[in-house]
Amino acid sequence: MALEAATAARSDREGVALLLVDGVSVEYRRGSRAIEAVKDVSLSVAAGEVLGLIGPNGSGKTTLIRAITGGLKPSAGRIELGGEEVNRLSQSERARRVAVVPQNAVLPDAFSALEVVLMGRTPHLRFLQDEASHDVEAARQAMEQTSTWDLALRAMGELSGGERQRVVLARALAQDTPLLLLDEPTAHLDIGHQGATLGLVRRICATEGKGVLAVVHDLTLAAQYCDRLVLLKDGEVAAEGDCESTLRQDVLERVYGARVSVFAHPETRRPVVAPSPDGA
Amino acid sequence: MKLIGRAATPPLTAAEAPDVLRSLRGRLWPRMLGGLAALALISTISLAMGAAEIPIEDIVRILLSHLPGVDMTADVPAAWQTIVWDVRLPRVLLAGVVGASLAMSGATYQGVFRNPLADPYLIGVATGAALGATIVVVSGAPASWNGVSLLPMAAFVGAITSVVLVYGVARVGNTVPVTTLILAGVALSSLATAITWFLMLQDTSNTLTVFSVVLGGFNTATWTKIAWVLPYAVPAGVIMLLYGRTLNVLSLDEDQARHLGVDVERTKILLLGAASLAAAAAVSAAGTIAFVGLIVPHAVRLMWGPDNRQLLPMTIILGAAFLIGADLIARTVDEPQEIPVGIITAFCGVPFFLYLLRRARGAY
Repeated sequence: MALEAATAARSDREGVALLLVDGVSVEYRRGSRAIEAVKDVSLSVAAGEVLGLIGPNGSGKTTLIRAITGGLKPSAGRIELGGEEVNRLSQSERARRVAVVPQNAVLPDAFSALEVVLMGRTPHLRFLQDEASHDVEAARQAMEQTSTWDLALRAMGELSGGERQRVVLARALAQDTPLLLLDEPTAHLDIGHQGATLGLVRRICATEGKGVLAVVHDLTLAAQYCDRLVLLKDGEVAAEGDCESTLRQDVLERVYGARVSVFAHPETRRPVVAPSPDGA
Repeated sequence: MKLIGRAATPPLTAAEAPDVLRSLRGRLWPRMLGGLAALALISTISLAMGAAEIPIEDIVRILLSHLPGVDMTADVPAAWQTIVWDVRLPRVLLAGVVGASLAMSGATYQGVFRNPLADPYLIGVATGAALGATIVVVSGAPASWNGVSLLPMAAFVGAITSVVLVYGVARVGNTVPVTTLILAGVALSSLATAITWFLMLQDTSNTLTVFSVVLGGFNTATWTKIAWVLPYAVPAGVIMLLYGRTLNVLSLDEDQARHLGVDVERTKILLLGAASLAAAAAVSAAGTIAFVGLIVPHAVRLMWGPDNRQLLPMTIILGAAFLIGADLIARTVDEPQEIPVGIITAFCGVPFFLYLLRRARGAY
């Protein structure tokens, strides 16, 4: 089966980081001036690991994601996917190595959820080749993992925000890539769906040995579900490491320019970050 | 099985997986055969009706007699033979080719722009093409080169210029909002039409040719015109048909399509080029006819869903049938006068357009 072959190929490559970002800077032009949105950032993601990318608005998180998916070219440094430089890979080869769950995905209302998930098989299909039953099977497994199989034949336009988000996640899983990139997967979700989505990502990462890079806005959520964190400020790495060492009060107050309290979660003992109102 | 329903759908079991694709898409052949039957019926009625009512039996005889070695026209009046073979048949075929081209081009624009209201006329492509053709006509440039008509080529240049301008103006970030696309299209359309009229008034010797390009219609259809159009319309149609699955992926936003391995820029250029070529070929032969590219793809979507792998072939068949039917009405409703076929398509299209505008979000 294709799935088994992919798993075997994946274990052969173990030791090579699924994602390597080495000294990367990204510039883009706004009007006549060049803005350096990412400056000399290095990070890597190994199989079975969830790396959280955090930082204030405009700190370069989304720009970095775009550079990793080949949407923007770095002005310096290297980005490698499974040992190959990203800009030397063809579009579909790249899509076989990394799947993306974007922020605010535009989805066609009239297509059914299953059709959208089947689109995840695109990089595995040749020109003029239609989806075969093993593609449907891959889509079914992805949809069962995300509890969306019972929505399979419903039109996207009828689904709630949380359901749509899970369908997009299923599409990324059906893409059958070693690496998953999540760009604020929990934006616009309520607290129940936030926890459910990240918990699901966490479990899939553990059971399938996928690597995950997730941009997470909410620091407390990031701390509960990520193995390691990279904190960006103004395009540079301000802190990185395990959750406890990254989410320190002094670091966060400097990076975010606001007063915060950090304390341990009563169950997980991981950091919880809460704003401290002025004058309190 | 109902594909997309509001009622809760029962969970599918793993054993059913191979059947899922079929239930998802339905079978293409039955609906294509149904469409072809409708097309054959409307074509035959079109050949029969008009100032001279010709029995269907005689039409079949006249058509068959053009096969090599067959002659069944012994007792058919010679005038009828001329009417069917030299007047009505080219007209029906040209209306079919133009209808198919416009409908398919509309479906492709809607997919690439992710905009349910994109129609070659509404986004200014048809009027741009008409301006391109007009410039060739009034400039006195040779209309053909080694037997290949240059009119569709000139129309194509006009069409592509319009697409690039309208897309450039209407684009907001990564998307093309419904309203800005139509506003930019209407504005550019007005300008192109104004220039066309100006050129026409400057150069009265070709007024009739230009007039027929602007107004649109099939009363000047000949076999030669069909031969003009086909070398442009057929390759354009083939390209669009080949990219059906890719067009599905493009109906997500461009970033998602890229993440799924689609070379977005290349595909967009190829598909917009093919759609514009088809529209230009249609305009150079039959003038600007509005709303065909809007009505037909949406009717197919309402009936059979949005998958472009079935949508595109079905728009060819039903686009042809629709415009042949509209032309039949245009030439018979007020006999012996003909009314421009654009009046008929507007009567069908405007209510449809307004309905889609009301629910612009849900239509796609």
